[in-house]
Amino acid sequence: METVIEVKNLDLVYGDFLVMRGLNFNVKKGEIFVIMGGSGCGKSTLLKTMIGLNPPQKGKILYSGLSFWDEDEQARQDIMRRFGVLYQGGALWSSLTLGENVALPLQLYSSLSALQIQDVVLLKLGLVGLGGYADFYPAELSGGMRKRAGLARAIALDPDVIFFDEPSAGLDPLSAKMLDDLILELRDDLGATIVVVTHELASIFTVGDDAMLLDADTKTAIAQGAPKDLLANSKDPRVVKFLTRGEKQGAGK
Amino acid sequence: MSSGKLTFDYLESKILQLKLSGDWQLSAGLPSADEVLAQLDSHAGITGVSFVASQDFKWDSAFISFLFKLRSISKERNIRFTVLGLPPQIEKLLKLSPAQAEKIIPHKTVEEPFLDSIGSRVIGVKNTTLSVLSFLGDIVLAFKRFICGKAFFRKDDFLSIVQRCGADALGLVSLISILVGMILAFIGAIQLKMFGAQIYIADIVGIAMVRVMGAIMTAILMSGRTGASFAAELGIMQANEEIDALKTLGVSPAEFLIMPRVLALVIMMPLLTIYANLMGIAGGFIISTGVLGLNPVEYFNHTITAVKLNNLWLGLIQGFVFGIIIAVSGCYRGMQCERSSTGIGEATTSAVVTAITAIVIATAIITFVCQIIGV
Repeated sequence: METVIEVKNLDLVYGDFLVMRGLNFNVKKGEIFVIMGGSGCGKSTLLKTMIGLNPPQKGKILYSGLSFWDEDEQARQDIMRRFGVLYQGGALWSSLTLGENVALPLQLYSSLSALQIQDVVLLKLGLVGLGGYADFYPAELSGGMRKRAGLARAIALDPDVIFFDEPSAGLDPLSAKMLDDLILELRDDLGATIVVVTHELASIFTVGDDAMLLDADTKTAIAQGAPKDLLANSKDPRVVKFLTRGEKQGAGK
Repeated sequence: MSSGKLTFDYLESKILQLKLSGDWQLSAGLPSADEVLAQLDSHAGITGVSFVASQDFKWDSAFISFLFKLRSISKERNIRFTVLGLPPQIEKLLKLSPAQAEKIIPHKTVEEPFLDSIGSRVIGVKNTTLSVLSFLGDIVLAFKRFICGKAFFRKDDFLSIVQRCGADALGLVSLISILVGMILAFIGAIQLKMFGAQIYIADIVGIAMVRVMGAIMTAILMSGRTGASFAAELGIMQANEEIDALKTLGVSPAEFLIMPRVLALVIMMPLLTIYANLMGIAGGFIISTGVLGLNPVEYFNHTITAVKLNNLWLGLIQGFVFGIIIAVSGCYRGMQCERSSTGIGEATTSAVVTAITAIVIATAIITFVCQIIGV
């Protein structure tokens, strides 16, 4: 399978502190790659570096062979246009309605007419189950609905890669399941490559094709593979402890 | 004082057994370990401490705190400490002893040596300067794209900001300007009355309002009202990752968020200044003609004669400069806001403080320059 994202020897800092060092991993086309780890281990910092918000201290991130942080500003913008990002709280622009939120990327980067944009907006909102909510403002929605609306905006331009930052955080189990199902649909129906940052085990096992576990103590990735394989085969007590919520072998170590 | 009861027994003269009954809860007061300490002091050769609880024994975290103390005393005296006679949950809670938790020292509490702290401050000033220059550069580039017709921003948002900066501020500007005009008239009247030259109140009020007071009062009001609002809006957008979402979409926040705000305020501030001038003159007129008994026509004619066009231009230039200062301070502080509720509060406060300080400095510079060029 074609590799879409290659991360090589990446070192990350948060302020002055080294968060993660020597990260190496690949994300393949059409797969759901999960970046997992405990709170504060650097998952979100890694995500921000991957989506172009925080430069790395060292190392490379290659998108289809192009080294993101070595390119000039214009080339980076071009690469970023192939991303869709769902932020932890949805990050909807609060002064715009849902319809306007989803329409904005289309107004910027497509040559569609206003009427065509309206149709696409309704389609995207419909895909996430918010077809009738185009005229609502973010403040009028529940947390789960805001996340789904954020997802509709993230997929507005049919991106090649969609990043999810803690998609299940703060959601009730049913809303979290609905979002997991949406992630699977995006992979299966749209063929999108998906990177999910999460520590929710239910989501990890439901959606993850491949995964990487970050460890805050060693500041490295301590395991990589399909989540179910890691659970079945890993002998590293830290991995078993994380994937069983500390209930199985290795929990006391 | 605890209402729990504590009695003692000695097993084989070596084990001090504590017999507990009654209420050992927070609501009854924290139990003291002094009684136990006295028993240990008065009986040499104690090698262990144990417990027996009666049926009516009630406990909560107050009792756990009592046990922490006893355990610590036992450890110091090399006495065996066992809680076997107590409810099993107590043993679990004892494992959470604060003494067992490894103390983590926050990075920020480490005190820097004197020279390091000076160095850090110098680096901080350099970084802030670079950050302000970079921010101003982004705004200039955004305006360049706006002039070339390439800037991406929502016209509805711009009009809404114009409305908030302009029409919505009229009430407050009217009230304050009228009052300032009235105050100037009263102060002028006290002095001019001594010379029988009360009619010159019109000159004082007119020149003071148009030349400086109108612009300054409007600027101070707008920095508290609109500058703070810009900082809070952008700060909340920062905290909600809305600005990150714009950046990943390839939209420049300077173009989409900051440029419309600066433009709106730069347009509205000179207009509000003219309005404040008129309101201030009206305030002076009301006091002079209504209270001090001056002739309205004479007052009006004196005002027209006294207020020169260059005074008006000077006021408008100040309004324009203050508009830039308020908008840039508000937007800069908002964009630099930390992602927390405290950060938003600090951003709002520092936006107002920065704007007012910069307004006073700018007024001093403009006044000095005007003095030199004779305006």
